[in-house]
Amino acid sequence: MNQNEFVLMVAPFKDKVFRLAKRLLVSTEEAEDATQEILVKLWSKEEGLSGYSSVEAFAMTMTKNYCLDQLKSKRAGNLKIVHTNYSDSAPALDKKLEDLDTFNWVEKSIRQLPEQQRMIVQLRDIEQYEFEEIAKMLDMTESAIRVSLSRARKTIREYLIKTHNYGII
Amino acid sequence: MELYKIEILLEKYFEGETTLAEEKALKDYFSSSDVASHLEQYSSLFGYYGVAKAQQYEKAVPVLEKQQRHNSSKMSHRSWLSVAASILVLIGVVGYVFFTTQDLKEDKKLGTFDDPEVAFKATQKALALLSNKVNVGIESVQYVEEYQIAKNKVFRKTKNKNSGI
Repeated sequence: MNQNEFVLMVAPFKDKVFRLAKRLLVSTEEAEDATQEILVKLWSKEEGLSGYSSVEAFAMTMTKNYCLDQLKSKRAGNLKIVHTNYSDSAPALDKKLEDLDTFNWVEKSIRQLPEQQRMIVQLRDIEQYEFEEIAKMLDMTESAIRVSLSRARKTIREYLIKTHNYGII
Repeated sequence: MELYKIEILLEKYFEGETTLAEEKALKDYFSSSDVASHLEQYSSLFGYYGVAKAQQYEKAVPVLEKQQRHNSSKMSHRSWLSVAASILVLIGVVGYVFFTTQDLKEDKKLGTFDDPEVAFKATQKALALLSNKVNVGIESVQYVEEYQIAKNKVFRKTKNKNSGI
């Protein structure tokens, strides 16, 4: 496989890898680094790739594992600072403006979900994978994914209804 | 699509039981302009999914040169080389130690005599040599005796003094 073939092969799913990484890692820079890492790994694996039925699913699984590892090491290494103690009670102006943007609310509500539910929402609602494919990627059963997805969607709904009502007042 | 159908679909959606086609129908409905007012809150949710999917990875795909890619196989070659080198060094050390100890063993054999008369003479010669060498240092021991005499005098004196007091 030469370079052009490799670029063509990853073209359909490199954005999906990036979006999943961003969903988990939040920061764009970190997501870019993670994507870079995944693509380099794929490139160096090249000969072994033919053994996988779907390179895309394999890449998504790799992304999942890489990002979860990344999150774990970050959590172990850093002290979390809880801002609730000293934040200004009135939201800043830029914050207010941001809150007007409803898409930001949705993004925030997804960010509050546990990682597994976040991944499932990302793969199902945004990337529109079939349950069967998601099951393969995340190494879960389809019914477990359905339950998780339902829970995640309901949490998002609750969060949105709360902010929707708040927005009216 | 009729409103009640949308409501049923939404219910199914939140139970996680919709198919991809049904989800697409929901997305289409909420992206249209005539969304029922009591369902308006969901339009941002389905709108967001479309927006989120538009995000793209803008960096170039990292494609390394073939040579660099095969670094890993080169590395394994190098590791084999180092294994071979260490085995060679090990053989060298073991061989060296083995041969030098053999030499020592040979040195320990000093030779022997077959004829008892010759052996007797050799022994006498060796013993004579030994006794001559032993006598070499004897003169210097005389000086040591002088010290002894002097010391005895001193100690006798002090003894007398003590008794005198």
